[in-house]
Amino acid sequence: MSLTVFLILGLASVIFSLLMVFTKNPVHSVIFLILTFFSIAGQYVLLNAQFLAVVHIIVYAGAIMVLFLFVLMLLNLNTDAEPRQSSRWKLGAAIAAGMLLVTLVGALKGGIQLNMPEESNPYVGLAQNLGKSLFTDFVVPFEIAGILFLAAMVGAVLLAKRDVKI
Amino acid sequence: MLDVIKTIPIEYYVYLSSLLFCIGVFGVLIRRNAIVVLMCVELMLNAVNLMLAAFSTYLSDAQGQIMVFFIMVVAAAEAAVGLGILVMIFRNTKTTDIYKLDKLKF
Amino acid sequence: MKTLLPLIPFLPFIGFAVNGLFGRKLSKNLVAIIGSGTLLVSFLLSVACFNEVASTGPIQHSLYNFITVDSLHVDFSFLVDQLSVWMMLIVTGVGFLIHVYSIGYMHDDPGFWKFFAYLNLFIFSMLLLVMGDNLIMLFFGWEGVGLCSYLLIGFWYANTDFTKAARKAFIMNRIGDLGLLLGIFLIFRTFGTLTYEEIFDRLAIVNPDTGTITAICLLLFVGAMGKSAQIPLYTWLPDAMAGPTPVSALIHAATMVTAGIYLVARCHPLYSLSPDALNVVAFIGLATSIFAALIGLRQNDIKKVLAYSTVSQLGLMFVALGMGAYVTAMFHVTTHAFFKALLFLGAGSVIHAMGGEQDIRNMGGLRKALPITFWVFLIGSFSISGFPLLAGFFSKDEIFANTFAAGGNWWWAFAALGGLLTAVYMSRLLFVTFFGQFRGTEAQAKHLHESPLVMTVPLIILAVLSVIGGFLNAPHILHIGPPQWMAGFLGPVVGNVNLHHGGEAHHLAASTEWTLMAISTSLAVAVILVCYYFYVVKRSVPVADSAQGRFATVLSNKFYVDEVYDFLIVKPAEKLSQLLYYYADIQGIDGLVNGVGKGVRALGGQFRKIQNGNIEYYLLAMVAGAVLLFLTLHL
Repeated sequence: MSLTVFLILGLASVIFSLLMVFTKNPVHSVIFLILTFFSIAGQYVLLNAQFLAVVHIIVYAGAIMVLFLFVLMLLNLNTDAEPRQSSRWKLGAAIAAGMLLVTLVGALKGGIQLNMPEESNPYVGLAQNLGKSLFTDFVVPFEIAGILFLAAMVGAVLLAKRDVKI
Repeated sequence: MLDVIKTIPIEYYVYLSSLLFCIGVFGVLIRRNAIVVLMCVELMLNAVNLMLAAFSTYLSDAQGQIMVFFIMVVAAAEAAVGLGILVMIFRNTKTTDIYKLDKLKF
Repeated sequence: MKTLLPLIPFLPFIGFAVNGLFGRKLSKNLVAIIGSGTLLVSFLLSVACFNEVASTGPIQHSLYNFITVDSLHVDFSFLVDQLSVWMMLIVTGVGFLIHVYSIGYMHDDPGFWKFFAYLNLFIFSMLLLVMGDNLIMLFFGWEGVGLCSYLLIGFWYANTDFTKAARKAFIMNRIGDLGLLLGIFLIFRTFGTLTYEEIFDRLAIVNPDTGTITAICLLLFVGAMGKSAQIPLYTWLPDAMAGPTPVSALIHAATMVTAGIYLVARCHPLYSLSPDALNVVAFIGLATSIFAALIGLRQNDIKKVLAYSTVSQLGLMFVALGMGAYVTAMFHVTTHAFFKALLFLGAGSVIHAMGGEQDIRNMGGLRKALPITFWVFLIGSFSISGFPLLAGFFSKDEIFANTFAAGGNWWWAFAALGGLLTAVYMSRLLFVTFFGQFRGTEAQAKHLHESPLVMTVPLIILAVLSVIGGFLNAPHILHIGPPQWMAGFLGPVVGNVNLHHGGEAHHLAASTEWTLMAISTSLAVAVILVCYYFYVVKRSVPVADSAQGRFATVLSNKFYVDEVYDFLIVKPAEKLSQLLYYYADIQGIDGLVNGVGKGVRALGGQFRKIQNGNIEYYLLAMVAGAVLLFLTLHL
């Protein structure tokens, strides 16, 4: 059962991501990427990380991709304006990516020696557990992440504004 | 659904996320539209997130998922700033083609 | 005494440090007291040392280990034996008198404190030189006195000629020092030690072949040549007269230039094994002696005459060394220190009175204005000329006697010729300067005055020593004073050896000795009388350079040795350095450095094409790099 779900979701995510890469219209690319994210969210649910799945949908599909869509619409890019790569370059890129995949899988395959517990803890992915960990062990990185967000926000506003006098 | 760790070997997740990562790399390499390139980068980040979440569950350790949150934070910040910069570039050059953005050379 | 030993050299060093660091702010009296006082204490300690050495034998005192490298052990240690203590007495004693004299002579000089600081540093170095128990200590002192000599010749550094003279002295000495250094290296290689005692002890064990010994001796002698101004390295000494007169007296007459004699005497066990080396020493000494005396005949600068006289006398000392008469050489060092210091200081007194004038053609008749100076100068001149019963008479006569005994008629004849020439130029100097009419300007005539007491007292003391100094080692045949007292004292360290008769000292028959003495003495006296006739009775004055005869011109131009050196060595060296400057420096080294720069630029010009500004290429390169990294994980 789980394996079937995993395979379906995995296949979906791979197909959607490939479509995202190959489709010419950037707006379609965004749509396919969102679909990929949904299938990844399904994987999270499968992994018993429900809270993560929800956050993932909200942040990626809800916020980031919407931002991309906004920008695309703002710039009014369409298929005709889409620059094309030469097929030779595409072949080179495919080879490079393929070699990366081969070496990456090859490197990871032999290296995994998990020390898995006998009984897995079903509460790991719950909001309560994650929140506790986030506000105790990871409180300093959490605060720093907040500052990073603030800086990114200010930077984004500053960049997008016209004729800023600094 | 807790049988996932018993029925699906961890390697599957590794292969899946490696594949997604490499599709992201491939996309970064073949697309010339800077916005799509950024999207491919998001895909690569998600591939890593998936691997982290998988290991987190398989090891019953929350740290992996915490790390995913941090990656999300960074990804969101990156998207905001990166898109801001892209808008700025488009305003000045009327293009998002990264081939046109080759002024940074000697 | 052992514990006080380091004080002897270090007191002058303290004087140097105090005067050198704070002298500018101290009053002149205080500077003078510090400078001379430390030296006086050193002298008194040296006298105490002398007593102890005379009664109980050599003192050895090691302060600390200086260098230890593998088998090389050098201690900072003193060996005060009869030879050392003798030199210490000369250095501190004569040095003290000259210090006192300098108080008067340098009184108006703005560099008064500096002068005393340098003088004290010199004394310190010289004492290290003679007190050290190994060749490294000697080398330290050797370089130290060379430095002080340089500093003091160029004391009036505003004058370019003087600084050039200082440079010349320094460079000439470097040539000699190279020989000395090589000699020291060779000694270490041969004997594995640098301590005198051990070298001489191992001489019998190591038993090196004669060639090595000769090489060592000749190399050491090259050092001595430089320091003691022998042919071919003598030309710096006459130029060194650019320094203040007390410096000429102390460094370039009485002490430093005798360091070469000391070196040879100190290493006499080596020299005694190498007749060839001794022959070279004697030959160079003899040649220098006559050569310098000939030049001295036609010099008109009062100090130049004395300088060439010094070179000539040093030559005679080397003749004595070459004959194996080490004690005799030391004896002449001693008496020479007395009368040459006296002569230089007397000359200084004259120059002082003449307001800086040094040309004897502009002097004359000074005996009335400078009675004390005249009398001491007279004593000094007669002493150096070998007037009977004065100090120089005994020491020179002993040299001649030894030369006759060891070398034979011809050596004796030439040595005596050198001695005779001494009488000629000295009496010429004396008579032209002090007799006849005054030939200077009106202003000088008014300015003429006898020097203050602080200058005349040292002169008088030195004059007394120049008279009685000879009795330190009076010959047996005269029956005055303790016969050969000095030979007896120095005997445990150095003795006169007869190389041809199994190391026994020469003993000429009394009649032979009387005859030799009579010949040289009567000749000297005759020469003095002839000169008196020429310069006083006939009142002839050395003519201007242009009116001289051909040979006289050659003489007054010092045989054109400087010009020859200039042509043979200086000019080619300049040419060579210009060639090297152009080809080696500009084209070679600069070319290399600039070439590296150009190469990097050219390479960068090629490499920068990689940086085409296109992100895609960078990304591809990054992916390729990642692939490579993972591949290395597999391998």
